[in-house]
Formats: sequence, C-alpha cells, structure tokens
Amino acid sequence: MTKSHIELTINGRTVEALVEPRTLLIHFLREQQNLTGAHIGCDTGHCGACTVDMDDMSVKSCMTFAVQAHGASITTIEGVANADGTLSALQEGFRMMHGLQCGFCTPGMILRAHRLLQENPAPTEDEIRHGISGNLCRCTGYVNIVKSIQYAAAKINGTPFQEAAE
Amino acid sequence: MIPGAFDYHRPATIEDAVTLLASLGEEASILAGGHSLIPLMKTRLASPDHLVDLSGIGNLKGITVAGGDIVIGAMTTQFELIASEDLARHIPIIAETSRLIADPQIRYKGTFGGNVANGDPGNDMPALMMALGATYRVHGPDGGRDVAAREFYHGAYYTALEHGEILTSVRIPVPPAGHGYAYEKLKRKVGDYATAAAAVVITMAGGTCTSASIGLTNVSETPLWASEASALLVGTRLDKPSVDAALAAAEAITNPASDMRGPAEYRTKMAGIMLRRALERARSRTEA
Repeated sequence: MTKSHIELTINGRTVEALVEPRTLLIHFLREQQNLTGAHIGCDTGHCGACTVDMDDMSVKSCMTFAVQAHGASITTIEGVANADGTLSALQEGFRMMHGLQCGFCTPGMILRAHRLLQENPAPTEDEIRHGISGNLCRCTGYVNIVKSIQYAAAKINGTPFQEAAE
Repeated sequence: MIPGAFDYHRPATIEDAVTLLASLGEEASILAGGHSLIPLMKTRLASPDHLVDLSGIGNLKGITVAGGDIVIGAMTTQFELIASEDLARHIPIIAETSRLIADPQIRYKGTFGGNVANGDPGNDMPALMMALGATYRVHGPDGGRDVAAREFYHGAYYTALEHGEILTSVRIPVPPAGHGYAYEKLKRKVGDYATAAAAVVITMAGGTCTSASIGLTNVSETPLWASEASALLVGTRLDKPSVDAALAAAEAITNPASDMRGPAEYRTKMAGIMLRRALERARSRTEA
C-alpha cells in the first residue's frame, strides 16, 4: 500500500513524515515522534487516555488515522507547560489538588480540560463533569480531578479558588 | 489493535469522490468522521482496501436556512450542530439529541451524515429525522436523488444507499414556531447506545394536540417512525387515556433484541417510558 506524505504542526514544531494510511495518530505520535505522553488505554475510543488537541478540538488519537491529521495543528501533553518550563495552570491544579494517583489518564484529562476551559472559561461543576465525560479515571473517583480543573479555571481567570465542601 | 492495510484517497469534490468510488468498486469505504468505521477496522470487522475521505470536500459542511427548511451538510459534526444558533432557534431538538450522542471528543469528529447514513439502529439521529420528516440528498454515478428518511432504513446497516452513492445533505422542514419537542434516551453510561429512546415533536392549540410525530431509537432492526401512535394523539388533550393508547401503539411496533442492555420485554417497556417522558416534556415546552 502506498505511503502518504503528511505535514503537520505538533506542539508548535512543523513535522513532515511518510506514514502508512492505516497508522493511527496515537501510534504516529508515540512511535514515530517519541511523544509518549498520550496513552493507549482501552484502544476502543472509550477511555480518553489518548486525547490530544487537534485544530481546537479534543480528539481521541486512537480513533484517528495519522493521514487525517495532515495540515493540522496538534498539542500533546508535552506541549502544555508554559514557555519557561513552569507548570501550566492545569498542570499546577492537578498537582495541588491531587488530581491524579496512577497518572495514566492524566495527559488525556489535562488536554480535554484545556479545550473545555478555552470554550467555557468558568464552568460549573456539572459542566466540568459533562465536559470530561469522555475520559475515564479508575483511581480518583473524579472528585479531585474536578477540583483540579476548578483550581486552574480560577487561576486563569484571576478569581479566588474556593474548595467545594464535600 | 491495528487496522488492515488500505489505500487512502482524499478527493476535493463530490464528483471526484463519486468517480473514485465507481472505479474502486465494492472494496472501497467512505470515511467521514471515522468514529463508527475506525473501531470496526481496528477489530477487523471491516477491512476495506480503499478509504475515500470526504473531509477535503469543502461544501459538505454547514447549516443553512432555506425557505421553510434547514439544510445540513453531511460532514457537519455533532459539535457544530450543538453550537448552531440557527438550529437552536428553529429545531432545538437536534442539539438536544446531539448532546446525548457519545462523548465530547467523539462529538467533535462524529458527523451528522455518518450518523444518519451508516444504518446502525443504535444511532440517534435516524429516528429523529424520521420524526421531523427529513429528506436525504444522495449523489451517485447517475446524479443526485432524494430519499425520505422514513423510506431510507431497510435493516441493520442496510439502507436505500447503493454502493457508490454518498449522502451529501439533509433537508429538514422547520416545525411551526412554538412547537414542543423532546428527545429522551435511556442509556447505561455516557457513550452507550440507547437501551431505548424516543423523539417527539408536537404542536398544541388551546390545550389540544394539533400534530404529533414520534420516532423510536434502537428498539428494532431499524429506527422506527411510530405513525399510528402519533395519529392517536392528534385531536386529544394529551390526557392519560390518550397517552396510554399511543404508548401501547408505539410499544406494539418495537422488536428489540435481548442483549446486554436488557431483555426484549424490558426494552419495549422502556421505549414506552421514554415516549411518556418525551411527551410530557414536549407538552411543557409548547407555547400554545
């Protein structure tokens, strides 16, 4: 089968590559680009661990062919930190609020939360829970993930973060 | 899970796509959002030799108001349906239904055309399109033709679409201003197909139902338009005996499979309950 030439932007860097059409975006990122932050969890489109940001959309990269990303701009967890290397508001939120235990779902959670906050800078708890409904976490029970996203939203908006009563 | 090998094509026009499909033959599949097809390819339940990606065809996207109708391009995503102000104003049940499809990530990529065209009885849009009286525009080697949504679904994954044809847009008559609507879906979790779901569009005048249209999702080999149940409601005040009679008529046309979503009898009953809830909510939303 003929390989396809693709050109795309990943974390601000222009990348050209030849890919087999059947190569999934997650495999291209992990194996050809050595960007192993996005994870393969369920491999069936349910868990969201492979979520990356693609042209301002949260996309499950295990359900997308690399050829479909031709011309796209992609952000992975490796491209989320601030330019000076300090943690982004979301990364800091997950750290401060204990938004992870094993950490497997975290890259997908952060990329999904990133897009959610771009579209809705001050989401309610309900909107956060619906917003991350395509991402599964088997450790935390989601409570601290929701708090992490609320922390990040407050920090970005310059408003005080008040931890919800349990 | 790695899909089988295939050649990838991205035509720039609908004519090129139709020509490609004709020359590639039966082993070519159409790629829209890919969120139904790619899982099948990963499990090797589908292994097309060729994929014809429609994403390079610019004019397959968009929502336009055309006279008394709204026309939705096949490659319009669920996310775009939810965000559309025109749909929110004229046919809000479409966004309500879209929000119950899959999860946020999949709604960014999943297309309206793919949802109505692939013939999966679990898809939510087909029953809604039947309830709304939509018409599908299809392009093939012999040009274009229109197929009514109510005539489109022949069996599970078996539709009026011939191989080599592409569903390009859907035309939906705008329901009267002040109409009531609701899509009620019972599902086990986010991302699941319906155990049963019901779409309802009604109009009321002076407390009397003047029109009603009901669609049912995932309770048969195909989506269902419950025409008899709909007719039973017209001229009534949606009182309990009338609603009970419509529910019985709707339940009578279901033929669900017994599967992990429950035994057939349960799913039929749930179709009735979704319909009752949808009717109550639709009535509360009417402005007459």
